[in-house]
Amino acid sequence: MADASPPTRMMPRDALAARLWQAASGLLDRPMALVQRLVGGNRMAWIFLAPNIFFFGLFVFLPIGINIALSVTGGTNLFLGDRPHVGAAHYEALLDCRSYLEPGSCREDHFWKGVANTLKFTLFQMVAMVGTALVTALVLNRKIRGRGFFRAVYFFPVLLSPVVVALIWKWILQRDGLLNAAITTAGGQKILFFVDPGWAMFWAVFVSVWAHMGFYTLILLAGLQAIPADLYEAAEMDGTPPMRVLTRITLPLLWPNLLVVLVLVLIRAVQTFDEVFVLTGGGPGTATVMIVQYIYETAFANQVQNFGRAAAASMLLGGLLFALTMLQLWFARRKAA
Amino acid sequence: MSSLSLRAIRKSFGPVDVLKGIDLDVADGEFVVFVGPSGCGKSTLLRVIAGLEAATSGTVAIDGLDVTGQRAAERGLAMVFQSYALYPHMSVYRNIAFALENMRLTRAEIETRVSRAAAMLRLTDYLDRKPGALSGGQRQRVAIGRAVVRDPKIFLFDEPLSNLDAELRVATRKELASLHAEIGGTMIYVTHDQVEAMTLADRIVVLNQGRIEQVGTPLELYNRPINRFVAGFIGSPRMNFIEAVAEGAGRVRLSGGNGILDLHDVCPDTARPGIGALSVGIRPEHLVPVDSETPDLWLTVDLIEKLGSESYIYGTLGDGTPLTLRAAPDDPAERHQRIGIRIDRQRVHVFDEAGRALGR
Amino acid sequence: MTVSLFRQTRHPGRIGWTDILSYAYLALGVVLMFGPVLWLVLSSLKTPAALLEFPPSLLPLTQKTVTVPGHAQPLELYRVRMPDGTVRELAQVRRIGIQAQMLDPADPATIIRVPIEAREPIREMAFAWSNYTEPLQQFAFGRYFSNSLIVTIVATIITLIINSMAAYALAIYEFRGKALMLLLVIGTLMIPITIVLVPVFLVITQMGLNNSLWAVILPGAATPTGVFLLRQYMLTLPRDLIEAARMDKASEWQIYARIVLPLTLPALAVLAIFSIMWRWNEFLWPLAVLTKSEVYTLQIGLNAFQGELQTQWHYLLAMTVMTLAPVALVFVFLQRFITTGIANTGMK
Repeated sequence: MADASPPTRMMPRDALAARLWQAASGLLDRPMALVQRLVGGNRMAWIFLAPNIFFFGLFVFLPIGINIALSVTGGTNLFLGDRPHVGAAHYEALLDCRSYLEPGSCREDHFWKGVANTLKFTLFQMVAMVGTALVTALVLNRKIRGRGFFRAVYFFPVLLSPVVVALIWKWILQRDGLLNAAITTAGGQKILFFVDPGWAMFWAVFVSVWAHMGFYTLILLAGLQAIPADLYEAAEMDGTPPMRVLTRITLPLLWPNLLVVLVLVLIRAVQTFDEVFVLTGGGPGTATVMIVQYIYETAFANQVQNFGRAAAASMLLGGLLFALTMLQLWFARRKAA
Repeated sequence: MSSLSLRAIRKSFGPVDVLKGIDLDVADGEFVVFVGPSGCGKSTLLRVIAGLEAATSGTVAIDGLDVTGQRAAERGLAMVFQSYALYPHMSVYRNIAFALENMRLTRAEIETRVSRAAAMLRLTDYLDRKPGALSGGQRQRVAIGRAVVRDPKIFLFDEPLSNLDAELRVATRKELASLHAEIGGTMIYVTHDQVEAMTLADRIVVLNQGRIEQVGTPLELYNRPINRFVAGFIGSPRMNFIEAVAEGAGRVRLSGGNGILDLHDVCPDTARPGIGALSVGIRPEHLVPVDSETPDLWLTVDLIEKLGSESYIYGTLGDGTPLTLRAAPDDPAERHQRIGIRIDRQRVHVFDEAGRALGR
Repeated sequence: MTVSLFRQTRHPGRIGWTDILSYAYLALGVVLMFGPVLWLVLSSLKTPAALLEFPPSLLPLTQKTVTVPGHAQPLELYRVRMPDGTVRELAQVRRIGIQAQMLDPADPATIIRVPIEAREPIREMAFAWSNYTEPLQQFAFGRYFSNSLIVTIVATIITLIINSMAAYALAIYEFRGKALMLLLVIGTLMIPITIVLVPVFLVITQMGLNNSLWAVILPGAATPTGVFLLRQYMLTLPRDLIEAARMDKASEWQIYARIVLPLTLPALAVLAIFSIMWRWNEFLWPLAVLTKSEVYTLQIGLNAFQGELQTQWHYLLAMTVMTLAPVALVFVFLQRFITTGIANTGMK
């Protein structure tokens, strides 16, 4: 938190939420005092931790174990007791390819199509996202009239739900939509954006950049504003040309933030699902199916619910995310150091 | 090495006038110190000279050439910032070399200049370090090195010693003085510390509320301040001011004093008609405790500071006016004691109601 | 030359090409970021007929009609350029090939034949508010809305309470296993719902919570982000405060509830906004776990609606606007707070 000054603001006495909280927490005063007498003051830490740990255990750590169990058992039944052990069959099926460069040559061609699409998407999105966020942050870092307004303009889509974002653009990009109207007015031919695989991928990337770039812009802008103004003045006194200020001072000093943003974008891009799913439905054909969509459909949307296959696929995705998160933590630590 | 002249410099930030018309000439090779209380506009003036801030009106000329429209980068000046503003991601060598690289000097030339500057500032052993791994004093020297190496027309210093501890400040002050003696460049130095100003300057410019109060050598300012502000600002501890009324030519009656003071030698024209209330300024070092039945002033002692080499006595006159005086280290005065004081009549300053010094 | 290209203009009154470029970029940004949302809102107010128009009109316009005695249906009004060069407003009775039979509403008896290229429709602004009202009655849209509201509020309250308790434990106490607990919390950062979709579904099914709102509320209630955010803030509180409270014989629970929590309010507010945003917009998990339409949240309802009623854009657009509106309102009021909160924490 940047707001590290000792907080002096007290909860407003008359706020309804504050009163409710006082009443509710007051009910626990006696029971908790009793508990404290039983376990001792310092061990109260575990009492405070308990609810959160319970939720983490039930919905994060236990599921990891279940996931492993699911991924080595077969059948369509959900409960583990009713599932026959199949060993590494799901993993073998997922990884069975004549050539990893051709999704069509794989037994689970949908999965590999998802992997290929996700990689393509991630690559394009990373370049576009970091590029636009960086340029926007640099522009907003100048002495701009109405900076707060412009920052808000770029930021607000971050708060919109993926479904809303996808529908907004679906409406614009549809056959008789605004963009095709503009194209025909300019003398061009209507383009069926969601019928052409190339265009569908382009718009999937575009829409996700549109929706999320404001967030990364904000992080980079905060990084830029943390660079002391007198360094720029020193550079000016040193007679530094603008381009050199960018390459020799601004970017090197922003680099730690840039790295964090890069990895963050990467981690999020690998898990892309909602906007693209609502926008293109994975189509045309399987041109924009992502890994997560494969997992979701294999487990929940297909006629035959193959929980084991989905669990195995998510284990593979999990391994990838683990590696990427380690990378991020490493960068974050280097930034802090 | 260059001269500088400022003409009618004004600067406003919105409705706030920070500089209200500054005229000043700085000669080639001169060490000029801008001094004044915080908020007097001295740093802004320096930044206007540097080109980091554009003046609202007025002209800045270097070597007779109008540079008002030029940006900082084009003016060929060097500045040492209060925070040093070292590039944290570059080694000491790169920090010093950065401006030279901008000037597109050859690598060999850069190497020579940097090592010469580093040797002069005792930085040779630290050239590979990052600023973060240096002490405050070393960083300070890197900042100076960055300025020196460019051989600038004018050196600008913005309170360069304020981030150092007291001991280091004195040492660096001496180094700066010898640096000026050695390379002899034109230097403009901003500080709020009048001791720095007195020790470093060829000439001091006293600024107050966006205006120049007085320009002069340190001793001129000490001996002949032209107004109450300068008199109070220069000298430590501060000058004492005592209200007074004129009693004929060269004669004043001090409020809280005993009888009439004859100041004919220093200030004969107190009898000018309509002169009104006066104030008399006397520095602590020009007051002497005396064992006399008829001293100039009776002082009740409130506090005595014994510094070893000398003592300062703080007290109040009969009418409540506070007074400070310098005494011998073994002065026998005690708290609550009433002591007699003699005024060195040759060193008294008299100011009229508007605070202007009355001439000698 | 100017450093200001990447920093700022200090010299007032000078506008360089870099300034022009910057403002041009920002103006383009405004169009690109605001334009689509504005277009959505404008479109959502159009009648189905106006939505089918190509190229579309910018504003919601419909053809002006007039009721003429002797004609059961209202007739469409046109501006017609007559052969003698005058322009008259006529109502169209019917169109036959390239000819239109028209009449003057003031003189309904006389039929005037006009070539169709000589007439031009008269249009007026008309907001189709029915796009908004009908989905609320015909479809369970109101239900979705209240489901989303319940999920968001309940989940946020649970998140705030249990995360602040955990943060308090990890900020204030020194105990054996603290490092391990911190590590566990960090560990959960690496396991998003995308990885444990199927097993969490199994757990929820086992708990018998399928197709209840609890299925959406519970799994995301404990967040590593929240614990860290609050812990960081609590670490800045003066320790003396807690020591003093202990000297006053306050119980540990009272210290948490009465002293630490009120002082953590700024951080709690940031977490509350995050949580509201996460829950209101959540998609993948509800999509997997909610299969009955009466428990759909807005996002799932909207998605289902776009699948089913591909052609009913007028309803879909209006519902999209309604889904977006609460977020937009929150943003307008808390914009500065949200952006600084996110910039400070680097989290979303």
